[in-house]
Amino acid sequence: MASWLEPRAGFNKLLPPPPSPQLAWHHFPGKHVLTEDIVHREVTPDQKLLSRRLLTKTNRMPRWAERFFPANVAHSVYILEDSIVDPKNRTMTTFTWNINHARLMVVEERCVYQVNPENSNWTEVKREAWVSSSLFGVSRAVQEFGLARFKSNVTKSTKGFEYVLARMQGEAPSKTLVETAKEATEKAKETALAATEKAKDLASKAATKKKHYV
Amino acid sequence: MNSVGEACTELKREYDQCFNRWFAETFLKGERAADPCGQLFRRYQLCVQKAIKEKDIPIEGLEFMGPSKGKTENS
Repeated sequence: MASWLEPRAGFNKLLPPPPSPQLAWHHFPGKHVLTEDIVHREVTPDQKLLSRRLLTKTNRMPRWAERFFPANVAHSVYILEDSIVDPKNRTMTTFTWNINHARLMVVEERCVYQVNPENSNWTEVKREAWVSSSLFGVSRAVQEFGLARFKSNVTKSTKGFEYVLARMQGEAPSKTLVETAKEATEKAKETALAATEKAKDLASKAATKKKHYV
Repeated sequence: MNSVGEACTELKREYDQCFNRWFAETFLKGERAADPCGQLFRRYQLCVQKAIKEKDIPIEGLEFMGPSKGKTENS
């Protein structure tokens, strides 16, 4: 395996309470999702709902990577998303990762949705992501590409979530909400930037170790 | 949203509809009632699992909530 990058985390206090945690399932930007299936579902004895979703997305590989993986270019990306909905504690946790193209890059993401303990009118979302690549030589570039995409997806997924919420509540997002979101986006940018720096540092530290894994 | 198995999309739609109602009206309210969607789910699964095998989608044997519990930086 390749080196893991520092997970990025942060509580963004910018969302009103979802009418149901189910809404969080819409956080995937729909444009690139081709298919969506439930492949496992059960309710545990302690009344938690476990689900596994299989998503197919279009492959958005960067140009330079296509040179290394011409055979992979045409293939869709398969993504699994496991989730636990706990209605008693009003939380939802998701874990999402790609199950093919794994040698090029694995992006794993964990999201925890919960009620803000200080103000139950808000939902907190904690997002963490790990990017790894086992490609010797180009893995650092791949990891940075993955992090950059994660950065831009933070904004996208937040917007999508907000839109769905607004639609369910039958109103447009209020001005305050948009402003708060902007603020949070700035913060997310800062942490992501810090992540890139940290990643560079880790990548060079791990450079000697990587050889063992290839 | 379509199913990965073209033939399964209608079965999936029927199941989704049943599930969404149960989720909002029963499960989230903390009510324990028998799952009314079991039969629809089984029909849908027969179809989709077959499609997954045909397309060689590698979902077998993957641990729930990911392969990376206790992940470290250089695992």
